[in-house]
Amino acid sequence: MSTGTAAPKVTGPPPETTSSSDPATPTLAFRGVAKVFPTGTRALEDVSIDVRAGEFVSVVGPSGCGKSTLLRLAAGLDGATEGEVDVRASTTSFVFQEATLLEWRTARRNVELVGELAGVAAAERRRRAAEALELVGLAGFEDQHPRSLSGGMRMRVSIARALVAEPQLALFDEPFGALDEITRLKMQTELQRLFQLKGFAAMFITHSISEAVYLSSRVLVMSGRPGRIVDDIEVPWSYPRSPELRYEPEFGRIVGRLSHALEAHS
Amino acid sequence: MSHDTAVGAPSAQASSSAATTPPRAATTAVRPSGGRAGAAAGTVWGRSAPIVAALLGIVAIWYVVSYVFLSESRRFLLPPPHQVLAETVGNTLVIAPMLAALVQTITVALIGLTIAVAIGMTWALVMSQWKLAEKILYPYAVILQTIPILALTPLIGIWMGYGPPARVVVCVIIAVFPMISNTLFGLQSATAAAHDLFTLQKATQRQRMTKLMLPAAIPSIFTGLRQSAGLAVIGAIVGDFFFQQGSQGIGGLLRTYTLRLNMEPLFLAIIFTALFGVVVFSIFAALDRFVVGRLFGVSTR
Ligand SMILES: Nc1ncnc2c1ncn2[C@@H]1O[C@H](COP(=O)(O)OP(=O)(O)OP(=O)(O)O)[C@@H](O)[C@H]1O
Ligand SMILES: [Mg+2]
Repeated sequence: MSTGTAAPKVTGPPPETTSSSDPATPTLAFRGVAKVFPTGTRALEDVSIDVRAGEFVSVVGPSGCGKSTLLRLAAGLDGATEGEVDVRASTTSFVFQEATLLEWRTARRNVELVGELAGVAAAERRRRAAEALELVGLAGFEDQHPRSLSGGMRMRVSIARALVAEPQLALFDEPFGALDEITRLKMQTELQRLFQLKGFAAMFITHSISEAVYLSSRVLVMSGRPGRIVDDIEVPWSYPRSPELRYEPEFGRIVGRLSHALEAHS
Repeated sequence: MSHDTAVGAPSAQASSSAATTPPRAATTAVRPSGGRAGAAAGTVWGRSAPIVAALLGIVAIWYVVSYVFLSESRRFLLPPPHQVLAETVGNTLVIAPMLAALVQTITVALIGLTIAVAIGMTWALVMSQWKLAEKILYPYAVILQTIPILALTPLIGIWMGYGPPARVVVCVIIAVFPMISNTLFGLQSATAAAHDLFTLQKATQRQRMTKLMLPAAIPSIFTGLRQSAGLAVIGAIVGDFFFQQGSQGIGGLLRTYTLRLNMEPLFLAIIFTALFGVVVFSIFAALDRFVVGRLFGVSTR
């Protein structure tokens, strides 16, 4: 599926045949993308990014530089002004900064929503929801309403809802931004485990450089508005990564380099 | 939200006039834990105790005014409670017509409320679907709310006659606004992110309405229902007062007793209208707590 407004852009066979497991074809590709809002705000400028299956790409950048805009373009929620956004995934999931749960539904019914909207049969929907909730460690909390769940648990429900659709591309917009430090570290470990298990291509927005380095196979640095990609750093370690990795000197060096790039361009 | 900008100046008047404005609905929408005292006592009694205390307070003040402030020759202005009850409740000539009038007024209020709810929700639903409809229709709602009912009664009488149908119309005009504004506020209360979620799942317009906008609106709809119910009582009594043809309502009796200076029946009628209002308010407040509590998983007991 291709989003954007540029006319001739869809090239190659449809997503069903171009499996995203083919490493040559990126699951998500931005090519020379610019975004100008009707208000005149230039949010993105000449952005080119490839995200392949099995890649976890984080984007860090100063506030207001266009990170959320980037994700909205990838999700097809908005169109590019210039360039093209090419998505080769039959299913894309989005995890928002707030858990964005429907307060009147229990945890299970929140996860089931995805299947409900797609017309999946009730029994199947229920089975998948139970599985997804189990996966994020919420077995036993299926029948709780969001109000009686903690912030971390609400975010787990949100992640379960994203994973229940078995996405090939998962987009995260600062999902852990509202969590306390301890919960945040725990959620990072969890997400990494899920990423390894499911093998989706991930694009992850965060304000935390160490979070980006710990989770990602690549970290992109964006400049201040209009956002451009000013640095692209490979993170060498394979998955699974131990939480102890954060105390390695090499980890510190990468964090340092990213901090410098951020400071230089904000 | 946007209806504030859609109306401009008139909305300021509407806002100050009653507890019917969206921001107010917002605070009640997140409230469902119920009254603190009620939660502590954990019973219906716990919730109604303040009301009972208030009623006892009124009775006490009533006695003080009757006996302390009024000399015996002027005591007819406010006969003490027991005298009011003695001369009315035991007297079938007074109590029978009064109960019949009460039934008549309750009927008008219920019909009026039902129509107001139907019109109000449909109106809000239409406005929530099209921005243009909201721009066009919201000002009418505000006009309905701000125009003094006194200015309309002569016209309603000429068009509808002076019997119960005219009373229902007055009732609807007075009661409809909270239903419109609260329902609209509720339908617009789902966050942009929640709407994005539905867009991403390629939800149909109908799915968006039934699975997102309507459920999100339920707390506000019940807030509107509670406010409209209170206003429907007032509307029915005001309607009685102006349109006296056909079987008399309690508002009609109020007028008759006043003209004849029948003080004891007058006070009983006032007591009845007050109790009527309190009962209606309590019923809808309890309904609100119960439904919203169930829906959002907050225990009501
Ligand atoms: N719908 C819109 N219409 C007009 N301008 C917009 C719109 N959405 C975003 N913008 C503007 O585009 C710029 C980038 O916004 P965006 O939300 O992408 O930033 P961000 O990097 O996600 O910021 P933050 O880190 O604070 O979340 C901002 O200046 C914002 O005001
Ligand atoms: Mg953002």
